[in-house]
Amino acid sequence: MSNQLVMYEEELQQISAICDVLQRDSNAKAVLVIDKNGQAMAHSGEVEHLDVTSLSSLTAGNVAATGGIAQLLSEKEFAGQFHEGEKTNVHISIVGARVIMVVLFDERSSLGLVRLRVRKAAAELTHVLEVLVKKSEAGNQPSVFAEITDDDIDNLFND
Amino acid sequence: MSFINYSSREINCKIVYYGPGLCGKTTNLQYIYNKTNPEAKGKMISLATETERTLFFDFLPLSLGEIRGFKTRFHLYTVPGQVFYDASRKLILKGVDGVVFVGDSQVERMEANIESLDNLRTNLAEQGYDLDKLPYCVQLNKRDLPNSAPLEELTDVLNPTKVPQFEAVATKGVGVFDTLKAVAKLVLTELKRGS
Repeated sequence: MSNQLVMYEEELQQISAICDVLQRDSNAKAVLVIDKNGQAMAHSGEVEHLDVTSLSSLTAGNVAATGGIAQLLSEKEFAGQFHEGEKTNVHISIVGARVIMVVLFDERSSLGLVRLRVRKAAAELTHVLEVLVKKSEAGNQPSVFAEITDDDIDNLFND
Repeated sequence: MSFINYSSREINCKIVYYGPGLCGKTTNLQYIYNKTNPEAKGKMISLATETERTLFFDFLPLSLGEIRGFKTRFHLYTVPGQVFYDASRKLILKGVDGVVFVGDSQVERMEANIESLDNLRTNLAEQGYDLDKLPYCVQLNKRDLPNSAPLEELTDVLNPTKVPQFEAVATKGVGVFDTLKAVAKLVLTELKRGS
């Protein structure tokens, strides 16, 4: 099974730190980093009342659909999207062709500020992702599955 | 594509329910949702038309327990079954870890089943997957209907490779969890094999 995404403590801390800085510097309500397949990876800000899992899945679906539209129009991808609400706005951008950065913001911020801050954060995030992918592909990290036995898997499904 | 998070100690996998229109993919997810403890499930999302036909996908996040201190989380998706939503189906297959093909047992839906199964193979191949190498189960649904085809006939046509197969009546929950458990187990076994 190729292309498995693995997240380690060190990189998660770095990604979380990037989210924290972006959320603070852009006056955003919340920042989420999501895998393109819809898995939430990291977040920052006011997320207590958010259904992060659903938001991640729907955002990934949205990005996938937009990517499909891009292909039909002979575009490589639409790197950014903006949804304007009455109270909350959403800025969505693809980072490093692999993850999605979502910024939720209200009247305390502006699209211009968010775009400016996202650009800087995206560059930093791209770097961390490159390291993460290399580390994951090198395969010299211990795998959880090395310890898991067939019996462990069987036991999970025993009623 | 599975997502292993060593920091939060989680294994996340994606399972897609595929099949022809009205075969019962959404019904499978609805039954699972209704019968699962609140703490083990997230919100079920259905992107459907006004007539409750799946427009893009249904989504149900589910926790199946822990293995060696790692939480196992499965994201269940359905595809829209109607033929003209093919572009959407391709998108949903991206990053899939396991597939359930839900066949409609009714004799008159045999052609739709075959078309959908061919479509699954083609769309997976476009994403670089081979159905014969993926964790994969077949569910033969609507076994309670009087016009359902004989089991042997359906098996020959829809499950020639003899992957794990389950008879189901998804509206009543028959076979629903058996199918889910089987595919989830295959996914975890495959992850272990690939590690």
